Amino acid sequence: MEYLIGIQGQDFVLVAADNVAASSIIQMKHDYDKMFKLSEKILLLCVGEAGDTVQFAEYIQKNVQLYKMRNGYELSPAAAANFTRKNLADYLRSRTPYHVNLLLAGYDDSDGPGLYYMDYLSSLAKAPFAAHGYGAFLTLSILDRYYRPDLTRDEAMDLLKKCIEEVSSASISRRFHLHYLHLFNLFHL
Amino acid sequence: MCSMAEYLDESPIQFGQISTIQSSSAISSQESILSPSSLPTSLPFASSQSVPLPFPMSHGTTTLAFMFQGGVLAAADTRSSCSGLVAHLVGTTSGTSADCALWKRILARELRLYQLRHGRRLSTRGAAKLLSHMLHPFKGTELCVAATLCGWDGGEKLSFSGPGLFYVCSDGTRLQGTLFSVGSGSPYAYSILDQGVRWGLTVDEATSIAREAVYRATHRDAYSGNCVDIYHITSNGWTQKANIGEYFGEMW
Repeated sequence: MEYLIGIQGQDFVLVAADNVAASSIIQMKHDYDKMFKLSEKILLLCVGEAGDTVQFAEYIQKNVQLYKMRNGYELSPAAAANFTRKNLADYLRSRTPYHVNLLLAGYDDSDGPGLYYMDYLSSLAKAPFAAHGYGAFLTLSILDRYYRPDLTRDEAMDLLKKCIEEVSSASISRRFHLHYLHLFNLFHL
Repeated sequence: MCSMAEYLDESPIQFGQISTIQSSSAISSQESILSPSSLPTSLPFASSQSVPLPFPMSHGTTTLAFMFQGGVLAAADTRSSCSGLVAHLVGTTSGTSADCALWKRILARELRLYQLRHGRRLSTRGAAKLLSHMLHPFKGTELCVAATLCGWDGGEKLSFSGPGLFYVCSDGTRLQGTLFSVGSGSPYAYSILDQGVRWGLTVDEATSIAREAVYRATHRDAYSGNCVDIYHITSNGWTQKANIGEYFGEMW
């Protein structure tokens, strides 16, 4: 099962995703990147149904880049998150809904870091920490217990490692190793 | 006295006709959004409701492809898979045989058109993306095509040149990798390949492990069989290795 996690600190957002692309019982790829860079300061993590993830995420990615080309400045993370949610909502009651679960992590120069949780029913929530997948059931309580808004980067990394260890040991279907996870820090300039 | 006919006067098999009304997958219907104008317009259109199949389609096959120091090696059984050339690439397809044959031809046509329009060959990555986007409107229908595209790109940019191996599936999956096996016999092939495939294989070693993997899969999988097609792709192009028969004594 796919797993996404995000933790927001005071001046950064730490996100991680598992690296496996599976097709029923076979792991087809062990180094699959689930992160899509929307702009220099916005990252979209996308899991869900096989083709929908890449199709939807690339669609959002290209449109965010198009906005920058047309208008000369980039979308803010909040605007990008709401744009993504609007697209999910528009397709939800069509014949081709996108079954994707998303985390959008961004840094706004005026508002600071932001982590946005979106799911396939097009809900949107700005949250200090969030997770998707079966691993979320295991790690949200760890995050509830140890999260503080003033985490330093090292503390956030330790908290992330706690969560990953828990998912590795409790998960029956997938083995995580720390070096298999793609860790991405979003730095402000 | 009954006066019925002894024979059927209409066919019991209802062949589904694909509706020619374009499915309103709304990607192209919002004006502020990029329109897929570069997509070919003469594709078969996806129907809005699924049409019952006349009989269950055969899905069985074993195909595989992997990269090694000598290029890319692709192998497939010949029962219901199609392996062969798609313009300048080698593609192995599995899934419904009719769908595979059709989409190989469509992809070959689009690659050739691209070459004529833009004066250069489309890279393997580009061909994979093109096929993936052409198959996207049919997601959710009974279309079943899973292809590995193998090629050697001779581009100027370093990141886009060299051997390329991509897996494209009609459910929308598009993956780049160094080892793929597709089809009903793929788990059996994977276990042989995972043991033996390394980057430093020679061409002969790679050929023999590919042949063995397909052979073991055809032995265990009911839906794979017959002969083994092997293609080897290098910077000079592709070569087809000998088409090897199933009853190869030295396997045992």
